[in-house]
Amino acid sequence: MSALQNMVGWIDDRFPMTKVWNEHLAQYYAPKNFNFWYFFGSLAMLVLVIQILTGLWLAMMYKPDADLAFASVEYIMRDVNWGWLIRYMHSTGASAFFLVIYLHMFRGLMYGSYRKPRELLWLIGMVIYVAMMATAFMGYLLPWGQMSLWGAAVIVNLFQAIPIVGEDLAIWIRGDYVISDVTLNRFFALHFLLPFVLVALVFVHIVALHKVGSNNPDGIEIKKGPKGNKWSDTAPADGIPFHPYYSVKDIAGIIVFLMFFAGIIFFAPEGGGYFLEAPNFEPANPLKTPVHIAPVWYFTPFYAILRAVPSFAGTQVWGVIAMGGAIVVLFLLPWLDRSPVKSVRYKGGLYKGFLAMFVIVFVILGWLGTQPASELYTLFAQIATTLYFAFFFLMPWFSKADKTKPVPERVTK
Amino acid sequence: MSEGADLKKRRFLTLSTAVIGAVGAGAVAVPFVMSWQPSARAKAAGAPVEADISKLEEGQLLRVKWRGKPVWVVNRTKQNLEDLPTLDSKLADPASQVEQQPAYCKNPTRSIKPEYLIAIGICTHLGCSPTYRPDVAPADLGSDWLGGFFCPCHGSKFDLAGRVFAGLPAPTNLVIPPHSYLSDKVILIGVYGGAS
Repeated sequence: MSALQNMVGWIDDRFPMTKVWNEHLAQYYAPKNFNFWYFFGSLAMLVLVIQILTGLWLAMMYKPDADLAFASVEYIMRDVNWGWLIRYMHSTGASAFFLVIYLHMFRGLMYGSYRKPRELLWLIGMVIYVAMMATAFMGYLLPWGQMSLWGAAVIVNLFQAIPIVGEDLAIWIRGDYVISDVTLNRFFALHFLLPFVLVALVFVHIVALHKVGSNNPDGIEIKKGPKGNKWSDTAPADGIPFHPYYSVKDIAGIIVFLMFFAGIIFFAPEGGGYFLEAPNFEPANPLKTPVHIAPVWYFTPFYAILRAVPSFAGTQVWGVIAMGGAIVVLFLLPWLDRSPVKSVRYKGGLYKGFLAMFVIVFVILGWLGTQPASELYTLFAQIATTLYFAFFFLMPWFSKADKTKPVPERVTK
Repeated sequence: MSEGADLKKRRFLTLSTAVIGAVGAGAVAVPFVMSWQPSARAKAAGAPVEADISKLEEGQLLRVKWRGKPVWVVNRTKQNLEDLPTLDSKLADPASQVEQQPAYCKNPTRSIKPEYLIAIGICTHLGCSPTYRPDVAPADLGSDWLGGFFCPCHGSKFDLAGRVFAGLPAPTNLVIPPHSYLSDKVILIGVYGGAS
């Protein structure tokens, strides 16, 4: 035995190193028919690592103090060596994270990756998404620009709409009667903590994934199919080891992703005002609201839903309920879809039509959320909100009434 | 499980340990949860502030900071005051039925002195600060606009008495803070108690 093998053996007697490597990489059999849409899970992990690394560095130079925060961000941008790059990696990274996650979620939607036995996997993923939104929201306050302040004011005031306890809850969250230094200080602490919670949740997400096995574009359970492949007699015939096959595939995806990511960081770090909004280049001023308030693009679909619902019966809680509901229905997806098939490939025109409508409506809502509220746009937002919910609430019906195609026994190329 | 163990006693001890532990954990959570409440310093910042309105011309708006929030003082013109009753049919709460003002401001102008509006400049929808739009019939607000406040965040509109127009996101009129006149031209904002 070589010295290296000795060493590995010594560790394996004390820690399941080789076992973990095999179970999750070298002998984890994933369906052989993964396509383009399967890049986004590993890309999301890459972006999380980028965010933690750049965020840690930014925390070394940033000051979470209402009097100093704005200037410290400018200090990072102008005086710190390469500070501009680290900051732009982080601010662009936030948008990249949501883009990748939205595509990852859409993949699940297309191929029915939330269906039995992956309901819990989907729920854990949704918890990750909500935690991500909280992290992004708190992070956006930190530069202490005009949009930071007023965006946070609007979101915290959502809690105020809750009957009876709302007012006290909002004060408790802010630690003050308005968004102030106190709020900034605690949001910084939480923005630092939450990414590590995300790492833990991602770990749980992967443990759940490797328990049930990956879904695939055909929505066929390879574990239920015939056994035996080139590497193992007991592994699914349609499975290939994650490493080296998908680790190499994912590296190719990472290279392409990083090319686009670097391009945006270098040539359009503000994303045309969608990644970093113009009012945020002005220090926060609690006495003056910017002329037009819009959240960063990844929140705008839900923001449009919030604005679409008018207040009645003396309370504006309905808009808040609709916005919260728009996220809650996503959790319920595994139980709303009654189709006999998982993948969109074998679903009929009815389902495909509804899915296409949902994607269009989501994009329209996202665009409307960036626009000032006019009567016409509010009407559009109301129609789009209705269709958004129609997709979910009619799903038990249209997924069942849909004319599905027969699903093959084995995965296709 | 040892022979002859008193299972009933064991269950009682397990349960009481769990309950006492939960009570202890709850007690320890108190300082963590309560430390998020406004500190003594934040509360002290809620002290009343004075505003000198002697230089406020007709139609002008003065911003004063109280509890970190903008408080507006508007010197309304005669025309503005005459316009107020004509808007009643378009408003959600023209007679100020909802408790958004001290009792002494529950009147048609929502103020102590008719010409001076003193209101918290925070939209009752989600807390943006509306824009002062005294201009009559501007292109973006329509030909029937007689001056008031427009919230850029979600499009709520208020008249020059801080009364909300119906059918918009904001549910209630703007809040009138408790205030009193120290002299003819000096207001004290944030003082609780009766009008003087």
